[in-house]
Amino acid sequence: MSTPQPVAAARDEGFGDDAPEPGTRLRGGRRSRGLHIYTWVVIGWLMLPIVVMIAFGFNNTTGKFNFAWQGFTLRWWEHPFAIQDLTGALVNSITIALIATALATIFGTLLGIALGRHRFRGKGLVDLVLFANIAAPEIVLGAALLSLFVTLGVNRGYVTIVIAHVMFDIAYVAVTVRARMAGVDPSIEEAARDLGAGPWATFRLVTIPVILPGIVAGALLAFALSIDDYIITQFNAGQTLTFPLWVYGATRFGVPPQVNVIGTMIFTVGVLLAVANGLVVQRRRTWKPLSPALDEGATE
Amino acid sequence: MDEHEALIDPAMLRGLTGRRYSRRDVLRLTGAGAGALGVGALLSACGVSGGGKKVSTSKDAIAAFWDKQKPTGQFNFANWPLYIDVGSNKNDHPTIDMFEKKTGIKVKYFEVIQDDGPFFAQVSPALKAHQYSGYDLAVITNGVYLSDFVDLGYLVPLDHAKLPNFFKYASAKYQNPTYDPGNKFSVPWQSGMTGIGYNRKLVGRKITSFYDLFDPAFKGKVGMFADNEDLPNAMLVAMGLDPAKTTERDWRKAATKLEAQKNAGIVRKYYTQDYITALSNGDTWISQAWSGDIFQANASGASDLEFIIPKEGGLLWTDNMVILQQAKNALSAIEWMNFVYQPRIAALLAEGINYVTPVPGAKAYIERDAAASTGSTRAGLLHLAQSPLIFPTAADYDKLYRYRVLSQSELTTWNSIFQPIYQS
Amino acid sequence: MIRRLRSALVPYALALPAGLWLAIFFVAPMIVMLSVALETGNLISGFTLTWHFATFWQAIDLYHVQFIRSFVYGLVTTVLTIVIGYPVAYWIAFRGGRRKSTYLLLILLPFFVSFVIRTVSWQFLLADNGILLGHLKAWHLVSQNFHVLATSFAVVLGLTYNFLPFMILPIYVGLERVDESLLDAAADLYSSKREAFLRVVLPLSVPGVFAGVLLTFVPAVSDYVNAQILGGTSTTMIGNIIETVYLENNQYPTAAALSFVLLAALLIGIFAYARALGTEDVFEAAAA
Repeated sequence: MSTPQPVAAARDEGFGDDAPEPGTRLRGGRRSRGLHIYTWVVIGWLMLPIVVMIAFGFNNTTGKFNFAWQGFTLRWWEHPFAIQDLTGALVNSITIALIATALATIFGTLLGIALGRHRFRGKGLVDLVLFANIAAPEIVLGAALLSLFVTLGVNRGYVTIVIAHVMFDIAYVAVTVRARMAGVDPSIEEAARDLGAGPWATFRLVTIPVILPGIVAGALLAFALSIDDYIITQFNAGQTLTFPLWVYGATRFGVPPQVNVIGTMIFTVGVLLAVANGLVVQRRRTWKPLSPALDEGATE
Repeated sequence: MDEHEALIDPAMLRGLTGRRYSRRDVLRLTGAGAGALGVGALLSACGVSGGGKKVSTSKDAIAAFWDKQKPTGQFNFANWPLYIDVGSNKNDHPTIDMFEKKTGIKVKYFEVIQDDGPFFAQVSPALKAHQYSGYDLAVITNGVYLSDFVDLGYLVPLDHAKLPNFFKYASAKYQNPTYDPGNKFSVPWQSGMTGIGYNRKLVGRKITSFYDLFDPAFKGKVGMFADNEDLPNAMLVAMGLDPAKTTERDWRKAATKLEAQKNAGIVRKYYTQDYITALSNGDTWISQAWSGDIFQANASGASDLEFIIPKEGGLLWTDNMVILQQAKNALSAIEWMNFVYQPRIAALLAEGINYVTPVPGAKAYIERDAAASTGSTRAGLLHLAQSPLIFPTAADYDKLYRYRVLSQSELTTWNSIFQPIYQS
Repeated sequence: MIRRLRSALVPYALALPAGLWLAIFFVAPMIVMLSVALETGNLISGFTLTWHFATFWQAIDLYHVQFIRSFVYGLVTTVLTIVIGYPVAYWIAFRGGRRKSTYLLLILLPFFVSFVIRTVSWQFLLADNGILLGHLKAWHLVSQNFHVLATSFAVVLGLTYNFLPFMILPIYVGLERVDESLLDAAADLYSSKREAFLRVVLPLSVPGVFAGVLLTFVPAVSDYVNAQILGGTSTTMIGNIIETVYLENNQYPTAAALSFVLLAALLIGIFAYARALGTEDVFEAAAA
């Protein structure tokens, strides 16, 4: 991804450095520090169950259940991929989430721009559909889609899972992008056009960078929804297994510690991406919305 | 992976691109006169609508099905995760390996069943549309769902001439069960018991009766099951009734008792699978429980847990192997069914799963395996061979009852009586 | 002329891929579901379309308690996520510096691992005599009978936890575009910081909050996981009912009817909310 130069200059002010800036009277230093701590407290709260998950990946359990601490061991880490079906399910989950997120992000972003920028016939209907899509109970979404596939004689499997995930991801991206779009001044785009930029160039160099935070947030939400979906996937999975399906089924006989180990790995990769993103962005002095590393994690 | 077994069916890609859609398909989609969305067509073939015909189990009908079958080199097996033996490197299943070596039939093993209800919801639209569900053999718990599979004609009647080992080695307790008289459609995979699990230390006394779950001393520390099988049937048994012989009046009486237990604040929660976490953590002191879980929970570091079958009686449930209609590899699947009833194989499965095995002869093999091993493995296997949770005694079996088999209209009444208790 | 025609077509072109996808894989199946709600019958003898509208009233009558409870839980959850999430979104948007996306990723990371694992972890953390409550009880800060699991409080706590990112991210997205010079101007114009915040920042964050409410309140009301795992004897939500009616009872018409009643109720709720924000058009509220 190339740095969108013209906008970068325009947006520099919005992305201030960590150092206090002159002329920002609104935010007192003390209150900012308080909010900084508060933010980390909230992040800590969100991470609490993850800490437990990581710890129990080292639990020396001798039975099939893994919920009472029995001492430290590394033996689950020696063979993290020992359970074949679980490993296959993990690979499916990650690839499905990446593909679905990519597709939903593209479709949802375009739709979000249409809704946020343009007035057109049928807009109200599209709004209604998006709303219903978010509101519909998962079990109904899953069952309804399964009926469609069966009626069409489509075998359920990897592709139908992707289709289903894109279906429920689109609305989340569209709503997020739209919220971003709502406040963007259309005159920026007009200015670009007046300066001789074609529609595509305007779109790529002006519109996209301006709404990028919305796109990234939407993509992150879509990825989180997709990688953890159980009910809709269950209906449309056929013989394909995903990580949540396997783990849910395993609860009847006890979730093995390898699940914690693999969960820890997913988490660690995420943290590394986050840290790498922070480092890369920090090293580069010019503003850049996102590092390629994060883009890969979030949208590919 | 050979072509017609590919996970993504070429026909599906066709369906998606629509390019090679036949005229009939297009008509079906547009649904003559039913609107552009083809609502009528979707409806008529809609998977969620039920309706089916019971499969004939006459000798001729069974022969007619099985004579048509041709041997294949494989079959697709749908099971719950972790519900089979695992090898030393956890990567393989010795019983499956042995079967493949002996018969040359490849087993495609899928751990796709999360629960009976979701599995039924997943495969029934295909079965209703007379499509291959993707599985030849599946493991389904006796009860409402198995009845549904049978009543809707979704199961293949078994040719017992092809599975002699079942009647030879299975305990009489598992032959001719109430939920499938004559084992026409199913043979057991593994079984379990529903009774009471409790923490000796926290409860502070010996528990013997189902009515201990009603003791005000344990207020807020009692766990009950949140389903329409274990909760109602256990109560009926506790009332001194055989669920099979109960009527609506009995059901209402049972519901009244359960309702009173809830209203007195004695029940902490109606649990699903997570009851075992609550019991192990001490959140509940005493709870309805499944036999295999207590054994495993103690092995996993929860101490002082004990499982009992109440003196009034408990429940025996069975997960069954069935062959689904439209199966492409029925002969291979029934060969597997026959294979697992050999005591040697049943022993390996019991060692891996730790639930009740339907093959009593497995015990000798587990003892032999114990003698051949050392240390903790040996102790574990010996414990297994002697455990009444794996090999219930005759006295235990006398106290165990089956779930009430319900007709569709009875089920509606039954659910309307019992569901408001655990879903309020 | 051609150029005008082309620009008139732009929104349709933009909406087309998503529109088609949703039309085929969402709208069409949902219309079928709507007709399922009007069927009668049972699993074995089959269901036939009889235009039996009474199913709707029966469903409401039978499960109105769970309906109301779900809306109450959803409402409390939404308020909590705004209260907890707004300051976080605010701080990341204005003070996150170059690491904004790092923070966003951190907030979403816990949700990349299976909900089953998170659940087991919460059950461990919140156990009656577990790592948290056990200590509080040992220090006599709470009574020995105090418990969190199996209560309404636990369900709302679980919902708040699970939907927090769905509030933080949209608010952040809305706030992040607020021009800082605007804040400076506001600070100059108005006497107090508080007033500047109320008059400038807050109105500008409305689209983000609206999107957040949509992504939080709506799915929270139809959630089934938290009530099942963290709830007690009287905490069943309508999502659990729909799941049971569908999977356990196989009463597909009732399940479909319940879903559409839920959809309609949510639509009315959101409409009322948008009205309260001062716009007639529900979805234009986002652009207010």
